Amino acid sequence: MSDHYYSPDHLKAFGTISEGAPELGKKFFEYYSAVFAAGALTEREKALIALAVAHTVQCPYCIDAYTTECLQKGSDVEQMTEAVHVACAIRGGASLVHGMQMKEHAEKVGM
Amino acid sequence: MTSTLSSRRAPLANPIEQLAALAASTAGRPSFDETLRGAGWPALTPATLEIFQINLGKLCNMTCRHCHVDAGPDRSDAMMTRATVDACLRALDQTAAYTVDITGGAPELHPEFRYLVEESRGRGKHVIDRCNLSVLLLARNAGLAEWLADREVEIVASLPHYRQRNTDAQRGDGAFEKSIEALKLLNSVGYGQANPRRVLSLMTNPTGAFLAAPQSSIEGEWKTALQRDFGITFDRLLALNNMPISRFLEWLIETDNLDSYMSRLIDAFNPGAVSGVMCRNTISVSWDGRLFDCDFNQMLDLDAAGAMTIETFDFAQWQKRSVVTRSHCFGCTAGAGSSCGGSTA
Repeated sequence: MSDHYYSPDHLKAFGTISEGAPELGKKFFEYYSAVFAAGALTEREKALIALAVAHTVQCPYCIDAYTTECLQKGSDVEQMTEAVHVACAIRGGASLVHGMQMKEHAEKVGM
Repeated sequence: MTSTLSSRRAPLANPIEQLAALAASTAGRPSFDETLRGAGWPALTPATLEIFQINLGKLCNMTCRHCHVDAGPDRSDAMMTRATVDACLRALDQTAAYTVDITGGAPELHPEFRYLVEESRGRGKHVIDRCNLSVLLLARNAGLAEWLADREVEIVASLPHYRQRNTDAQRGDGAFEKSIEALKLLNSVGYGQANPRRVLSLMTNPTGAFLAAPQSSIEGEWKTALQRDFGITFDRLLALNNMPISRFLEWLIETDNLDSYMSRLIDAFNPGAVSGVMCRNTISVSWDGRLFDCDFNQMLDLDAAGAMTIETFDFAQWQKRSVVTRSHCFGCTAGAGSSCGGSTA
């Protein structure tokens, strides 16, 4: 039992999560591999999407993993930072657009 | 930027220290030979000899952070003599190698560079100049780009990235600007315009402890970006992994990246990359006339042919050897594979 949350070793040992539910683990990792294989999108495009989503879900494991993966697919820090800004913009925009609900409600109850 | 290990008298200037660091970082992992055997290669045997690679010496006008040669402006201690160049040419005549691949240091700084180019071209060989680009701008090399073009020498030019940030991080402040100027010069004398007599290849190494991208997946982007931003054209992009040797090894150790980088290389072992590794079709000659399987083994003093040197070169004997391997060899079989000709898989 660790005395802190989030350990870099967790990422290396991620595969052992299958021990409690082998069939589900197998299906998950097969699905995961298939998702990131080149298809209509390139592996590099998918890695950049993953990097942005990793920042949105604030997963430190995913951020480390997809930072390396993006670099190894030929993206550079400029491109990766823009991807993070896309995540940031959507996340910020999502908050701000809820302001429309605030605005409408305020108009309804206000004079 | 940095300085040479040699000038600092750093322990890592000694290849024995480098091999010890690599061995310690990979302790408990399968060796390269064991991994090869698992992939169906009992030994790494020579293929047809195609490339005669001559390292003229360690003198260079740059001091890049990732240099596996420990080259630099202070390395005039390691320069091939005319007698050894002639021995290279006699040995070359024993073989059917098609390509003479000239490297360094900055080979263009060597007094015998033009002689070696002329003699090799005179023998009908395809000649490659591994060029750091900025060397073409030195006053002493005025007219060299045109001279190389006239002799149809292929330029393989190092450029980490098509943007300034990554290039300067690896090669020093101002390196990108000079590289762009030199590329424009090469374009102006006919290089990089799909003319097989004026081939301009760019070579990119990652700017850090990660693998090179597959070159085919990024070449189009590079061509678009260099044309769009600078009006520069080139013919092909080669992507190489950084080898954990010399100054790149020092950087890995200093930044606590060595163990994870070696694990990354080992975990990314690609059996499909083995057959195309350069050590199988190359002879690598050091400035002092010793023989190696590749430029990386050369820097680690891993001699390939026992007592045989370029002076006593025997082609039949050379082809009977097995390639000398250590854990750094995982750098050439990781991911898309890596060689002086780029990806191997």
